[in-house]
Amino acid sequence: MKEENARAYWAANLRLILTYLAVWFAVSYGCGILLVDELNQIQFFGFKLGFWFAQQGAIYVFLVLIIMYARSMNKLDRKFDVHED
Amino acid sequence: MDVQTLTYLFVGGSFALYIGIAIWSRAGSTKDFYVAGGGVSPIANGAATAADWMSAASFISMAGIIAYAGYDASVYLMGWTGGYVLLAMLLAPYLRKFGKFTVPDFIGDRYYSNVARTVAVICVIFVSFTYVAGQMRGTGIVFARFLEVNVNTGVVIGMAIVFFYAVLGGMKGITYTQVAQYCVLIFAFLVPAVFLSIMMTGHVLPQTGFGATVLDAAGNDSGVYLLHKLDQVVTDLGFTAYTDGSKSTVDVFFIAAALMCGTAGLPHVIVRFFTVPRVKDARISAGWALFFIALLYTSAPAVGAFARLNLIDTVHQTQYEELPEWFYNWENSGLIGWMDKNGDGAVQMSAGAAFEGKPTFAGSRAEVTGAYGERVLTNAPSDNDAEVYIDRDIIVLANPEIGNLPAWVIALVAAGGVAAALSTAAGLLLVISSAISHDLLKKTLKPDITEKQELLAARGAAVVAICIAGYFGINPPGFVAQVVAFAFGLAAASFFPVILMGIFYKRMNKEGAIAGMLTGLAFTFSYIVYFKFVSPELNSAEHWLLGVSPEGIGTVGMLLNFAVAFAVSRVTAPPPEHIQHIVEDIRVPRGAGEAVAH
Repeated sequence: MKEENARAYWAANLRLILTYLAVWFAVSYGCGILLVDELNQIQFFGFKLGFWFAQQGAIYVFLVLIIMYARSMNKLDRKFDVHED
Repeated sequence: MDVQTLTYLFVGGSFALYIGIAIWSRAGSTKDFYVAGGGVSPIANGAATAADWMSAASFISMAGIIAYAGYDASVYLMGWTGGYVLLAMLLAPYLRKFGKFTVPDFIGDRYYSNVARTVAVICVIFVSFTYVAGQMRGTGIVFARFLEVNVNTGVVIGMAIVFFYAVLGGMKGITYTQVAQYCVLIFAFLVPAVFLSIMMTGHVLPQTGFGATVLDAAGNDSGVYLLHKLDQVVTDLGFTAYTDGSKSTVDVFFIAAALMCGTAGLPHVIVRFFTVPRVKDARISAGWALFFIALLYTSAPAVGAFARLNLIDTVHQTQYEELPEWFYNWENSGLIGWMDKNGDGAVQMSAGAAFEGKPTFAGSRAEVTGAYGERVLTNAPSDNDAEVYIDRDIIVLANPEIGNLPAWVIALVAAGGVAAALSTAAGLLLVISSAISHDLLKKTLKPDITEKQELLAARGAAVVAICIAGYFGINPPGFVAQVVAFAFGLAAASFFPVILMGIFYKRMNKEGAIAGMLTGLAFTFSYIVYFKFVSPELNSAEHWLLGVSPEGIGTVGMLLNFAVAFAVSRVTAPPPEHIQHIVEDIRVPRGAGEAVAH
């Protein structure tokens, strides 16, 4: 594989990671911890919203993030022709 | 059939299953023994990781901790799941591509140094033994409560079972038994959770029942949200509102970070991702693992809230003689204690501890009883209105009884508790034995041993590790409960930064990595030891560095590790050419099979 191709692949991967980790940080540390008091003013079904993020929402978002990252990477692997099999 | 017979049947049946799997999946090579031959499907690996990860503490204690701590316990929920995002994006795929057997393997090779490898081996052994002692104890306790055997007999039975499939099957045996154990434990956790949710709110899913309105005694919708009612009830009793926290934001932030990075850095979790065939499998397998874990982790807070409300409803202001049967049963096993401070014969709940320490009784119920037939406590009373001690571990174990569920559910919970403890113990023991036979013996001390000898050494090391773990299970060192912070703090402060920089920072060299690891370790270790053992009386917010508790200090250790490693690597020679090539190679998925040849 050409070096430039490898560098572009790695840069694209890093961009994906940073994007997803920004969301990861926002839902857990942001909504679940730092902004919890503000969000708790909002009612979400029977939950205060901040509390819901801390005990339920963050976990669901984590799961979605991993699935989206795995899918994006499968696409990226093919695009740069570094996929397995 | 009575509960006792059913429990024997369920636990015995699950053991027969585990042993059957062990015989079917014997390990023939070191590759089988260390990484299950590298051919585990991502779904199976996800389930095995979930069982590996969820210990007796997750199964038995977590819902209880949440029930008592409310919002403050969120940090465990987020901390112990958020780490999988880090694993999937930052560690697992690259370590899989690297294609070795253990975590010290990667550290030793990437940093071209046996010093780094040895530091890693010592960390692995320390972290894993801390963890495993608690698991053996957990097995013993479940046995003692449900099968009425002695705790020590329980530990020995647990040892024998783990011995069978860990020594015989290695990672291969462990992987497939863990899949079975996951099924047992999740079923055992969810059945009572669903029953309880239907009983309290009419919702089948605990996750939605948690945010629904409560049913009144006649089964009609009361129109009041469960969490709203719970907040009301606990504040009336003088506690902080259930959905509000009492810890400082800074501390919660640091604890969450230490748990997340610690989870991603724990060797027994990382090593599971070496067992899948391809890099893309490692990524999605982390997703499967989190999915299986989330089934329990999103139900546990619901169970906690249901149980807390139910408990207060049932017990508070009830005459002792009119309490349900389970109250007396758990009082008999010493996990509930009642002291009638105001002499009215009714149980009062209130903020604060009812008396000092854990309950100590003057004698069994047959020997000494108080005015209302309760067991007599010898503890010094505290000067508040609280009268009852209810151990938080009861929440999950007693839920079937509290909810009046059929006897087979109680038997199922027992089998689930044992499955949770055994699966984690086996995963940890494997990591310990491979650290000794592979990293210490094969890679450092005696590189010329044959594969057969190495396999024999691995089995021998597993036997020794099981015996040591069993010893700690029977004679639990007083510090086990104190040092849970250790495992996560040390993993976060040592492995996580070093592995991360090994992949993402090509310029990182052995000097930087070793200096960083030692700084992170020394700092975290001394901080925890100082506050937990040397001066426990100073363990409060005003004495902590930046207001960070020992549970969260691993995050600071991790930041120090990064800083020191970076600074040192800038002033020392860059890593040799071939190491830079290895780093380039692990960044691309293709050729996963070839990495071993380096």
